[in-house]
Amino acid sequence: MAYGAAFNPHAEHPASDSHAAHPTGLRRWLFSTNHKDIGTLYLALAIVGMLIGGTFSILMRINLQSPGHHLFSDGQAYNVIVTGHGLIMIFFVIMPALIGGFGNWFVPLMIGAPDMAFPRMNNLSFWFTAGGMCLLLLSTQMEGAPGANGVGAGWTLYAPFSTLGHPGPAVDFGILALHTAGAGSILGAINFITTILNMRAPGMTLHRMPLFVWSELVTAFLLLLSLPVLAGAITMLLTDRNFGTTFYDPAGGGDPILYQHLFWFFGHPEVYIMILPAFGIVSQVISTFSRKPIFGYLGMAYAMVSIAVIGFVVWAHHMFTAGLSLDTQRYFTAATMVIAVPTGVKIFSWIATMWGGSIRLHAPMLWAIGFLFLFTVGGVTGVVLANAGVDHVLHNTYYVVAHFHYVLSLGAVFGILCGWYYWFPKMTGYVIPDWMGKTHFWFAFIGSNVTFFPMHFLGLAGMPRHYFDYPDAYAHWHFVASIGSYIFAAGMIFFFFANLYAYFIRKQPAGNNPWGAGATTLEWTLSSPPPFHQYEVLPRITGGDH
Amino acid sequence: MSMNARAGAKMALSGLAAAPLASPACAEAIGQPHPWQLGLQPQVTEIGERINSLHNGLLVIITLITVFVLALILYTLFRFHEARNPVPSRTTHNTFLEIVWTIVPVMILVGIAIPSFSLLRFKLVPPPADIVMKATGSQWLWTYDYPKDQGGGFTIVSKMLDEKERGELIAKGTSPEDAPRLLAVDNEVVLPVGKIIKVEVTSTDVIHGFNLPAFGVKVNAIPGRNNEVWFKVDTEGLYYGQCTQICGDQHSEMPLAFHIVSPERYSEWLKEAKAKFASNGASHARVADARPLAP
Repeated sequence: MAYGAAFNPHAEHPASDSHAAHPTGLRRWLFSTNHKDIGTLYLALAIVGMLIGGTFSILMRINLQSPGHHLFSDGQAYNVIVTGHGLIMIFFVIMPALIGGFGNWFVPLMIGAPDMAFPRMNNLSFWFTAGGMCLLLLSTQMEGAPGANGVGAGWTLYAPFSTLGHPGPAVDFGILALHTAGAGSILGAINFITTILNMRAPGMTLHRMPLFVWSELVTAFLLLLSLPVLAGAITMLLTDRNFGTTFYDPAGGGDPILYQHLFWFFGHPEVYIMILPAFGIVSQVISTFSRKPIFGYLGMAYAMVSIAVIGFVVWAHHMFTAGLSLDTQRYFTAATMVIAVPTGVKIFSWIATMWGGSIRLHAPMLWAIGFLFLFTVGGVTGVVLANAGVDHVLHNTYYVVAHFHYVLSLGAVFGILCGWYYWFPKMTGYVIPDWMGKTHFWFAFIGSNVTFFPMHFLGLAGMPRHYFDYPDAYAHWHFVASIGSYIFAAGMIFFFFANLYAYFIRKQPAGNNPWGAGATTLEWTLSSPPPFHQYEVLPRITGGDH
Repeated sequence: MSMNARAGAKMALSGLAAAPLASPACAEAIGQPHPWQLGLQPQVTEIGERINSLHNGLLVIITLITVFVLALILYTLFRFHEARNPVPSRTTHNTFLEIVWTIVPVMILVGIAIPSFSLLRFKLVPPPADIVMKATGSQWLWTYDYPKDQGGGFTIVSKMLDEKERGELIAKGTSPEDAPRLLAVDNEVVLPVGKIIKVEVTSTDVIHGFNLPAFGVKVNAIPGRNNEVWFKVDTEGLYYGQCTQICGDQHSEMPLAFHIVSPERYSEWLKEAKAKFASNGASHARVADARPLAP
């Protein structure tokens, strides 16, 4: 995807925004319709979410560091923290960062568009998401289960624990939080699809789009098709709770399993919603720092499409212990294993992109390589869990916790941080010193492995999820895992200071393109930060070289 | 509180200790996790052994794949570092390679699927049962029904021993290892070794997880549904499991304890239990009513 030679240099007009008044202050940030400002708002929301969700995870690890009741006096308080951690990290950290944040910032820049297709709707998307987060945080102050505040039903909100087991209003707040954030995401998805399909610069054909844009396009379709199912499922939850319906209550002819099918029909695509944009970022970074176009570009793009398509037909592998029939379990085992094929294509294509390249190990590249290895570890344990027979032992144990944190905490989060170090100079105009990004990487890489690798052992030994206290035999690996989480947290504190230092103190200008010849996508042809309105004369793309 | 069942448990445990033990791993207590454990608990059913062998095979495959990918990454980073390869190639296609890395994973997956499907069929198509019983999860205890036509006709309510009860038991001479924290219960399920046992699993309130790691058995207890699992245990002993579906405040405090004894000991126990738990109809009702869920 090198456009350097083909790109028309006249497209960039440093003074192009001079005719339009810059909104400032509240007008700029509350009523923003500028894709870059909205992207910044989303990233700020994700940082706030990460502080809260990250604090929750440290609270869990402090509590689990040794057996016995100490930090939390009862199990329900712990359940609320677990639930909050899951919901916040998914809906208010990973999704806002990868889709609302980097997607808003870089999809228009990379396809040569002046802005998103529906700028006002873009603003609405953000404020829906922010409102959803407020509702979720409010839910922790409402009664949920009898005598306890907050939603403690896990992020899956399985009925009847989320209905009969939580009579208080906390779950209603949680449901409305998901409705609101979900509506924001659906509007955002419509915006991305419209923008990518209609607003590409002349010559930017679909097959010349950077892979990051492909990843956002596929993600937007996943959101558009899966979120309405979640909305339906939780609406029925809401009416079961408040209006006397019995969709999920066997006492009235309903079925708790119906909820699980509906939830996971959304929930599994959601997993790919969280990881596909990270795939896109890693593709850009590996290509940039290998100074080589992506290997097997079409294979990479259509691997994402096929992961998305298969992702819609594997949902019941989350329900292997729900009592599904033999044939159902056979089908979902087979379908789930198929996902390993396009994922493998991606891993090998990334390595093949590096092969023959001229590799520079700057901080973003370290994060991308860390992603590659850790996502492989999370992927292969996914193959183990795909086998229903084996999953009957591992389901809802720490093995599953380890697996999905390897693909999400170490996959999506490494993808986010990879994108952050890659695009920080473009977004702010300043450079983060490379050693700081690398130091943070080693904290995160060691910390997260020490946290999550022992969880495989705990899970194999039988340690169930959502436990605030555990038999003494599990104490040792839990202690190791807690130490790992503190190492990761130390890295995150360092990260915040590194950013403040780079932005407020060091202020080393980045120039248009701090990454050199390998950075060939359109955003690097603009100034850093880009002008408030870019591409008033559209760039003309005459050829890509993949 | 039943000191009878507890005494029975101790009897059988001492019998177990006297039996010739096959491997040194058995020196660790079976039926519960042990410190620094790396793998599955020792499996005592054919289902569990087949799961264990499939898992071990998978572990070899996934370790090889991970090491291969890691080695490839490290070699690439070394060989094609800009210091050694200042001019990047422009190669972006190799049809042969792309076909290979699509077909080889497919073949590996097919190789995994064959034993996996055979295991699944073995697990989910139960042979005719010798004994059928019912396990019912409630917030936060388990109730077990022994049907009348199999010499039962009584109900056991099984609840975790709290710290006070455990303390009393240990004061009376039980070693702490025989009453592990968060696992030991007041009334254990007693079942015979070598018999095919089918358990029907359901719930009275929210979803719980019926889970016996040493048997390779786990199924959700769902209100309004009967799920079933089967197992045939080869080794006598006391096996613990814990609830595996988040179910509220004491989710971590509703363990399962299955005490597997010789058929002779089982018949004796049935007689004792019938007398002891005969009045448990009332107790069972109490379980159902004890924690009314708000409308």
